[in-house]
Amino acid sequence: MDFDKEVDAKNLNCPLPILRCKKGLNELLGNQVLKIMATDPGAVKDFEAFCKQTGHTLLQLDQTDKVFTFYIKKRLDTL
Amino acid sequence: MAKKLALIASKGTLDWAYPPFILASTAAALDYEVCIFFTFYGLTLLKKDVSDLKVSPLGNPAMPMPLPMPNLVQILPGLESMATMMMKQKIVDKGVASIEELRSACLESGVKLIACQMTVDLFDFKHDDFIEGIEFGGAATFFAFAGNSDVSLFI
Repeated sequence: MDFDKEVDAKNLNCPLPILRCKKGLNELLGNQVLKIMATDPGAVKDFEAFCKQTGHTLLQLDQTDKVFTFYIKKRLDTL
Repeated sequence: MAKKLALIASKGTLDWAYPPFILASTAAALDYEVCIFFTFYGLTLLKKDVSDLKVSPLGNPAMPMPLPMPNLVQILPGLESMATMMMKQKIVDKGVASIEELRSACLESGVKLIACQMTVDLFDFKHDDFIEGIEFGGAATFFAFAGNSDVSLFI
């Protein structure tokens, strides 16, 4: 999948992956895609909850070995 | 309109330093407006140097220890430092954020940090003992924010 920015949040524990994700999204424009990798076993639920509450779209989730890779499309701001 | 989270941080040990900063930084990432009011021992979490925060096994029977140990034994000198050292090592090993890191994340994302002025006076602290970017205020300052918050917790 194409993406505009990649963030490595592997070996970080809650809530750092979410904080890194937010930081990464801040550097993107609406509709651009962030790829972020995490190993925190709680990350799947947390990223789903993060997207649900913030309006960003979780496009895809891949799991290989112990690494979760999320592709998140930034929401178009309504401001 | 953004949701609001109001927290009171009242404890000043290494373990209890985590919940307010984790919740605040996460809520900020979820686009909440966040305010933490630091009072009594919680005020210590706003000191410039938080590297001396400790965790005590004494009176905390739920704390995992390498060996089973009666609680009374834990008054022995050195056990608190040992428990603190072990906890800090675990924090590094498990990729858990440091308190400094979470606190910086809070500041960067605009979390409002209020130091209780009464506690500053009570313990003879100086404004200079604390990090930049915080406010000093009292209970009324907290309620100005908390009064119309969506979530409010005492920690």
